[in-house]
Amino acid sequence: MKNELLKLLYRNATYTHEELADMLGKTAAEIEAQIKQYEKDGVICGYKAIIDWEKLDEAYVSAIVNLNVVPKASSGFDDVARQISAFREVESLYLTSGDCDLSLVVKGKTLQDVARFVARELATIDSVTSTTTRFVMRRYKEMDSVLYNDNDDREQLFI
Amino acid sequence: MIDYSKVLNPAVTAIKPSGIRKFFDIAATMDDVISLSVGEPDFQTPWAIRKAGIDSLQRGKTKYSSNSGVLELRREISNYLSRKYNIKYEPENEILVTVGGSEAIDACMRAVISAGDEVIIPQPSYVCYEPMAELAGGVPVIIETKAEDDFKITPEQLRNAITEKTKLLILPYPCNPTGAIMEREDLEKIAEVLKDTNILVLSDEIYSELTFGGKPHVSMASIDGMWERTVTVNGFSKAFSMTGWRLGFACGPSEVMSQILKIHQYAIMCAPTNSQYAAIEALTSCDEAVAEMVEEYNRRRRLIVSGFNKLGLTCREPKGAFYAFPSIKSTGMTSEEFCEKLLYSKNVAIVPGTAFGDSGEGFVRASYCYSVEHIKEALKRIGEFLEEIK
Repeated sequence: MKNELLKLLYRNATYTHEELADMLGKTAAEIEAQIKQYEKDGVICGYKAIIDWEKLDEAYVSAIVNLNVVPKASSGFDDVARQISAFREVESLYLTSGDCDLSLVVKGKTLQDVARFVARELATIDSVTSTTTRFVMRRYKEMDSVLYNDNDDREQLFI
Repeated sequence: MIDYSKVLNPAVTAIKPSGIRKFFDIAATMDDVISLSVGEPDFQTPWAIRKAGIDSLQRGKTKYSSNSGVLELRREISNYLSRKYNIKYEPENEILVTVGGSEAIDACMRAVISAGDEVIIPQPSYVCYEPMAELAGGVPVIIETKAEDDFKITPEQLRNAITEKTKLLILPYPCNPTGAIMEREDLEKIAEVLKDTNILVLSDEIYSELTFGGKPHVSMASIDGMWERTVTVNGFSKAFSMTGWRLGFACGPSEVMSQILKIHQYAIMCAPTNSQYAAIEALTSCDEAVAEMVEEYNRRRRLIVSGFNKLGLTCREPKGAFYAFPSIKSTGMTSEEFCEKLLYSKNVAIVPGTAFGDSGEGFVRASYCYSVEHIKEALKRIGEFLEEIK
């Protein structure tokens, strides 16, 4: 039950308590209490809309920026990760395995914005030894939601 | 000029065209229609199955298969039925791979029925049984299942329907459109009536994977004494989201299957070879994918049943298949009237219960093979409609 509720909320956080209760065979009060508990425990960290910025006139670009970082003896990658997280340009940040250490999603209004941010703010951090920037050309899927039209192509068979 | 009435088979021209086809033709011309009418999964065939189909084409498996079907598939069907439903069939002579469950039903009827034989058909049920029985020369004898019996057939009803002409009982559970299932004790009572008769059962179990509430499907052939008098029909369309692959199977005693095979071999030759290779993958590696789909159907099922009940349209809990079958009697309308008005005023397409037999009057069928958002929108519009007709 626990994971089922989280899976549904991850799919769509706007389901009402009543709808969730119906789908999971619980009461709305039980659902509400469980969600409160998840929020309190920090399992649910927030609720946001998934936005297809390409549909708007507003300028928006994002890039995946990979960093190689020299870890600190005392705190490993934590200090630099916290420092980088604090930039409002950084949408997500992960410590990863493979050929880079930190992998970021960086957003800005224009390519130049993002390039400037990488050059001035990230590359200049002492422990950062290299950066690789990959600009996003098109987004197909975001948080489990596909952003392209996925029409129901079932024929209206007569039964 | 040619007189077609002299050409065409009167048994065919006498078959009524489906009453709801006209209804869907109207729906097709309208914009912004929210439909709960489709009887097929909205999920794509799991990727592993599609890939197995593609691989088989790459390996050049593009020829006829054996008439009975690819032996490896028949072996896997045998394993599957044994593991899931505890029924044993020999791949060599007791299993036939068909073009969907539909062909299996047709071929079985033609193998069993001769002119004037009676075929007992519970209704409301899937639309094909009655015309297929008639085309085979049979006489349909309808059992009207009741909401208060959870749309199960009762032993009393069966006893009353049996005459010395009875040849075949159609057992369509889990049931489209009612969502009814027959549990072990229900089947045992039916078996009790049938033992010592020469009546065969055609058990259409196409929705067997889709049962909810912890009661797994029970196959009629697994009931004591029933194996020898049952042809089990099942297929890949519903459970594995493989409707377009057209693949099903029939299983039964070799005395019956060898006759069904003759019809299949002359009419069809063999089921699509590449679908058969894909189906091997379905049976051997897709339990988890099926479980996920069933879980999702279950959430939608609860949502739609609760939704109808909140709107005042009494909806019993459908324990199988993927349809809700709420009563619309409280509106005072006939099923057809209700569906037509709902379509015209709110652009919501659902199917009148009468499409599945006269006993479906007072009910409508709503498929929940749709996303939660889609179901919510349909329920909202139905709610508005009910307000307006108050």
